[in-house]
Amino acid sequence: MSSLQTQARAPTFFDEVVASTPGECHLDQCIQCGTCGGSCPSGADMDHTPRAIFQMIRAGLKEDVFKSNTPWFCVSCYYCTVRCPQEVHITDIMYSVKRMSVKEKGYDDSTAPDFSKTFINWVENFGRSFELGLASMHMIRHNPFGVFKIAGMGVGMVTKGRMAFTPTRIKGMNELKAILTKAKELEVAE
Amino acid sequence: MKYSYYPGCSLERNAAAYNVSTLATAAPLGLELAELDDWNCCGATEYISLNLTASFALIARNLAIASKEKGRAGLVAPCSACYLNLRKCDKYMAESSKLSGKVNTALAEGGLAYKPGTVKVRHLLDVIVNDIGYDAVASKVTRPLSGLKVAPYYGCMIVRPEFNGEGSSFDDPEQPVTLDRLLKALGAEVVPFPMKAQCCGGHMTQISDSSAFDMIRRLIKGAADNGADTIVTLCPMCQLNLDAYQGGMNAHYKTDYKMPVLYFTQLMGLAFGMDASRLGFGSELVDARPALAKIGVETPPPPEPPKKSKRDDKSLPMPKMIAETAIHAGTTIPADSSQTSAR
Repeated sequence: MSSLQTQARAPTFFDEVVASTPGECHLDQCIQCGTCGGSCPSGADMDHTPRAIFQMIRAGLKEDVFKSNTPWFCVSCYYCTVRCPQEVHITDIMYSVKRMSVKEKGYDDSTAPDFSKTFINWVENFGRSFELGLASMHMIRHNPFGVFKIAGMGVGMVTKGRMAFTPTRIKGMNELKAILTKAKELEVAE
Repeated sequence: MKYSYYPGCSLERNAAAYNVSTLATAAPLGLELAELDDWNCCGATEYISLNLTASFALIARNLAIASKEKGRAGLVAPCSACYLNLRKCDKYMAESSKLSGKVNTALAEGGLAYKPGTVKVRHLLDVIVNDIGYDAVASKVTRPLSGLKVAPYYGCMIVRPEFNGEGSSFDDPEQPVTLDRLLKALGAEVVPFPMKAQCCGGHMTQISDSSAFDMIRRLIKGAADNGADTIVTLCPMCQLNLDAYQGGMNAHYKTDYKMPVLYFTQLMGLAFGMDASRLGFGSELVDARPALAKIGVETPPPPEPPKKSKRDDKSLPMPKMIAETAIHAGTTIPADSSQTSAR
């Protein structure tokens, strides 16, 4: 990266992805071997393998990368990350692509981004996640008829006491809100 | 030894069995787990998908609180996702002064601060096998799990990624062995389970169930093909996906697997001679009683499936299958109907 940064030019899409990934992500080291896609448990459902996504990032195909379902099908299992011979932080890069596509509203299918947003909404207001609220709100929005499919399981979870009907709120909620508000300001300021 | 304990949101409710069995077995092991004061969610795999700085600030609040608690040997997380997130935050804050600066500026709004590297984040399994040790665990066994065939399931986030390079994780990222050895120390028969470090599908059950069912099927089939009576897990997400969605997976693939999925702490408690009622048994959706009967343990029954309303006899006449008609008429059905017509 350092050699690229010395050139006086506008940051490329590749630069942006690297800049928004924490730590040394080694994206510039990718040798296109495909070990990532071959190790991926959900690779078969992706429209582009991770290897292809990395080359698309290099080629500056921003829109296509954002539209791709690949980062959203990443299950964060880090199999590719530990197997990558070049130590590319693949999972972290997938998270970067997700954040960037949400920011620019570039994604095609909103199911996964909305799931993240609903999850976070509970956390930002209560400090803890709330499974029942998350599952039901997400389902109403994206798969209302799916309720019938999982009704038996839902009844089981409730009768077994595995679903709370109310979320838990932490004591320091005001402080947490202040922390998160400030963090978001700092993120935008970058 | 005294540790700060970060149960995480799942253990409050859906994985309460993991929480109660962890706390029940900690005592005989001499493990003191003091719940972290007013901890908050780690953000799972969701917050970091939306906002980087806020996701790290959310995690860092827990690390900041833990760093204020003195005389603790570390921060113990039983949930794999919590464990990974806490370590990830610590690692990247240490690596990037820019990120660390931003996170601390945000934390200051809540009167907190965190210096990376001050809190040692540990997974419960790591603490049990490395701080307590297999021999100490084996010495507490009064009811060996002899005859119980178990598939040790690690999932992904406990052994991966190796944040500080090859060999820096407490177990191998592809072929881990610590849980195998622990279960052997409890007297159980550990079956080969090549899928032991594969992903359970994580949040895909909510986003694309066909994708999740594929991953769940591979794991359940892998354990069943190797003759396991039960899968043993150490992660609430893995337990939820394999247990609660096993029925959905069966319906999707027209299979009939009935593979129980239990927490390693539950089996450890049984091996220590504890009563099943103290260990959260009975909250699993796939019946674990046939498996536990093998070691002479009785547990509460799983929930009844919702009853379908029966059609009463006064409803409109419906065509009946031959077999059903025959039974109603009190006749017996020949085993092979083609023979009947030939006669």
